[in-house]
Amino acid sequence: MTLLTEATPGRRATRPGGRSLPPRGRLGRAALPYLLLLPAVLLELLVHLVPMVMGILMSFKELTQFYIRDWASAPWTGLDNYRLAVDFNAPVGRDLLHSFWVTCVFSVLAVGLCWLIGVTAAIFMQEGFRGRGLLRALFLTPYALPVYAAVITWAFMFQRDNGLVNHVLHDQLGLTAERPFWLLGGNSFAALVIVAVWKTWPFAFLVVMAALQNIPRELYEAAAIDGAGVWQQIRKITMPSLRPINQVLVLVLFLWTFNDFNNPYVLFGKSAPEAADLISIHIYQSSFVTWNFGAGSAMSVLLLAFLLLVTTVYLLVTSRGRRAARA
Amino acid sequence: MPSIPAWFRWARRVFLTLLAGFVLLPLYVMASSSLKPLQDVAGQFRWLPSGLTIRPYIDIWDTVPLARYFVNSLIVAGAATVCSVTVAVFAAYAVSRYRFRGRRIFTVTVLSTQMFPGILFLLPLFLIYVNIGNLTGIALYGSRGGLILTYLTFSLPFSIWMLIGYFESIPRALDEAAAVDGCGPIGTLARIVVPAAVPGIVAVAVYAFMTAWGEVLFASIMTNDVTRTLSVGLQGYATQNDVYWNQVMAASLVVSVPIVAGFLLLQRYLIAGLTAGAVK
Amino acid sequence: MKLRHGFPTIGLPERDDSVMRTLRAAAAIATLTALATTAIGCGGGTPTGAGANGDAAPKTLTYWASNQGPSIEADKEILTPELKKFEQQTGIKVELEVVPWSDLLNRILAATTSGQGPDVLNIGNTWSASLQATGALLPWDEKAFAQIGGKDRFVDSALASAGAPGKDPAAVPLYSMAYALYYNKKAYREAGVDKPPATWDELVEVGKKLTRDGKWALGVEGSNLSNNIHQVFVLAKQHGADFFDASGNPAFTSDGAVAAVKQYVDFMAQDKIVAPGNAEYAQNQSLQDFAKGKTAMVLWQTAAATFKAHGMSPDDWGVAPVPVQSGMPGQGRQVNSMVAGINMAIFKNTDNLDGALKFVKFMTGDEEQKILNQTYGSIPPVKTAQQDPAFNTPDLTVLRDTLATSAAPLPQVPAESQFETAVGTAVKELFADAAAGRPITAELVKERLTKAQQQMPQ
Repeated sequence: MTLLTEATPGRRATRPGGRSLPPRGRLGRAALPYLLLLPAVLLELLVHLVPMVMGILMSFKELTQFYIRDWASAPWTGLDNYRLAVDFNAPVGRDLLHSFWVTCVFSVLAVGLCWLIGVTAAIFMQEGFRGRGLLRALFLTPYALPVYAAVITWAFMFQRDNGLVNHVLHDQLGLTAERPFWLLGGNSFAALVIVAVWKTWPFAFLVVMAALQNIPRELYEAAAIDGAGVWQQIRKITMPSLRPINQVLVLVLFLWTFNDFNNPYVLFGKSAPEAADLISIHIYQSSFVTWNFGAGSAMSVLLLAFLLLVTTVYLLVTSRGRRAARA
Repeated sequence: MPSIPAWFRWARRVFLTLLAGFVLLPLYVMASSSLKPLQDVAGQFRWLPSGLTIRPYIDIWDTVPLARYFVNSLIVAGAATVCSVTVAVFAAYAVSRYRFRGRRIFTVTVLSTQMFPGILFLLPLFLIYVNIGNLTGIALYGSRGGLILTYLTFSLPFSIWMLIGYFESIPRALDEAAAVDGCGPIGTLARIVVPAAVPGIVAVAVYAFMTAWGEVLFASIMTNDVTRTLSVGLQGYATQNDVYWNQVMAASLVVSVPIVAGFLLLQRYLIAGLTAGAVK
Repeated sequence: MKLRHGFPTIGLPERDDSVMRTLRAAAAIATLTALATTAIGCGGGTPTGAGANGDAAPKTLTYWASNQGPSIEADKEILTPELKKFEQQTGIKVELEVVPWSDLLNRILAATTSGQGPDVLNIGNTWSASLQATGALLPWDEKAFAQIGGKDRFVDSALASAGAPGKDPAAVPLYSMAYALYYNKKAYREAGVDKPPATWDELVEVGKKLTRDGKWALGVEGSNLSNNIHQVFVLAKQHGADFFDASGNPAFTSDGAVAAVKQYVDFMAQDKIVAPGNAEYAQNQSLQDFAKGKTAMVLWQTAAATFKAHGMSPDDWGVAPVPVQSGMPGQGRQVNSMVAGINMAIFKNTDNLDGALKFVKFMTGDEEQKILNQTYGSIPPVKTAQQDPAFNTPDLTVLRDTLATSAAPLPQVPAESQFETAVGTAVKELFADAAAGRPITAELVKERLTKAQQQMPQ
């Protein structure tokens, strides 16, 4: 959980001390940073932390439609909601587990593809060529598009009878014997990945592109003189320089993808097909459609715990890897 | 890379062409469908419209009060952006220029809020807003204020994190010079740090604006007819009776153009901001 | 304003000194304004009272209407003059918000949890028992009914869809609808079909004649969970089954229920009179197909207005009662429609109960019932208004007779919404299987229904 300090290692050590500003009286000096932080702290408390604590409290209550009118007086149920959620022999737990796996596979695939496409495109566009600016603008467009507009367009294209995708695959190329469904059944997973990658890869592209600008040209020139080819330059210079940013980029992409709600919600509505039952939609359905906010909150808390764990382990492992690589 | 071999050029050409096709496809569908008559979009897909019409662009304003939603989105996203950037600038300045107790806890906590599933605090947040309203009379639920407050906090963690990185890259010698000239800490922030950090601030502002412009889940619960924002309002084209696909596409385009145009105009700053700040 | 303050600092192209000074000043101003706004809770938006229970004075009411017309805006145009009339009569101003269906239940839920809601609202009648269980709606006891002219004004079947049996209703009926079989007269003529089918066997037989040359006999909305429920509910009744037993527990896997679901999905899987593409329909595409002549029949509630909007003339289609297994529509196994409709409820937290009651009385009065139901193409659930000649058209007569003699309310149990989701999804998945060419066996149906039942709250 040391995203910040780990992301910029070494800088603090080389910096000539933090206390560079002349103090204006002892009290003022001590209070100032806290004053500056105050708005941020208050906002975080109000919008994130207090509601989260309430959410955790709710997860220990029986908060069904019979009690939502006065949730403070809903009966405490101890760990019942959690037991329900993790009882993998019972249908609720089994469905949650299934949804969890779907989300894991989806996240790994989507993040991997986003990263791969983003890095490749950024490397290819490192050197100037005609039309580069235009292409860059085009590539960034999906990221800038509002989620609803982007995803509803894909939903339009994925219609079985009238959509572009089947028009091309079936009518024009004749690749399939039948018109496949994209928003139902097994293919819905592929549809979800395609939409997520289309919408998110430009972010990876943007970040990597920015990072590449920090690599001094002389490094490449020196390597070229030493006889290193393009491929070797990428392997020996580009990729190692990207390592610190990759650490953060992959983590951010993973957290966004794992928690993503808007994309599946617009694509499938309130009930996603089994193959594309992402955890955020699953929890939404458990709480807002069946009105069992206790169980929904318990599932959210489990999800949060999982993400915390993954993040911590990820940062520990990647940071150690980096330190080792440096040494 | 001074000399680029031919295979690399070819690989680049092929890859970028394919990628451009993938990116362009939905954009083309959106634009072309928005100019099609209804029978074209209700039937088998066709690459070229049977006839061009601007009818959908006229009808969208009647089917749904799009203009009002547009104004709401502008107010909400604009105000959330300004507030978020301001709050983030102060916080990032404190973290980058001062050592103080709780500094690490602050940054770690703020960043970890990125992990919170929105579903977990949607209902509690809603209840808090309602209770604040009952206690103080400040109407947060159903008002734009509540939404602004929510969205500005959504973009805050990433903004603070990015600005810390950016501020760290601004030489302290500048601060010290300002101090010698008699500037207080706030003066230094306003006169030295902020102007020098413009690309970073723009990058953060763009991010904050986009976050607020596209959010669906919270907006659908926290707004009413008067304060509804675009991203939720767009769903109005899929009504009980029908989906007017050409209008959906036209409205999507209308909603997207300002944000995409703004984004592309400012992308230069965004890249500069990222280069100097977060990714260094 | 804030935007204009904020952005000049951003777009600075070059850095000459005077420019910098102005920009610094601008930045400082932006910072200060923004900080000030933050300090006062960032109230950048103006609080708007419309939906937020802004009725401190008892001279106003907030009303959430459901989307009944072709669009939200159309609904406002239809309702506003009526609300003006009410204001003239009583001096009470009604603030109207038409809530889209996609948001309505969530908004009601939010209002329930927080106590901040409208005074009067429309609900889908199938939600009545679910919402009744939350205790957020005013129960309609004898006293309340007396204030709007008595319980007897309403049709029994409509009242039965306003809350759990044996309890005071949670709402009163406002608009009623029923299912009917809509058929395309031209398609019938061309296929040599002379009258609409009265039983399902006949429907399949006719359907096989109608399915040819890329055209299909019947349209369904396979991914529309509510619609799936409405259809299999009726078929289950016809097989002598109910989805809930007498004590309100789910009973999804009875032979009758399995047979009902199988019969419905078999129109696509076995009889092949439904186009496979219908499996993903959820936004009334089947009505579009019908209007374009791609399908010859649909089972729908009050579809006339939609067909007209798609350019059909009323002579193009016919309306017949929904088929039964054998014999004539009636009660028990002869049920051929659910009682569809919209109810009107009073939010218990209202601070203007008297006004709210007056408003419900106004909306359920004969005059408004005639005007509104006629506009929306529905049937008044109020007996006296129903007698109006305006509801004697061939279309509406079928619907009215169905409602009066052969419609049954969906199970009025607290878990109704979970039932719709669970069983509706099961049917949706079965349609997806059928469309992919997988055989739909009774075992498979039972398996899916078992899974649906396991998802119900214990």
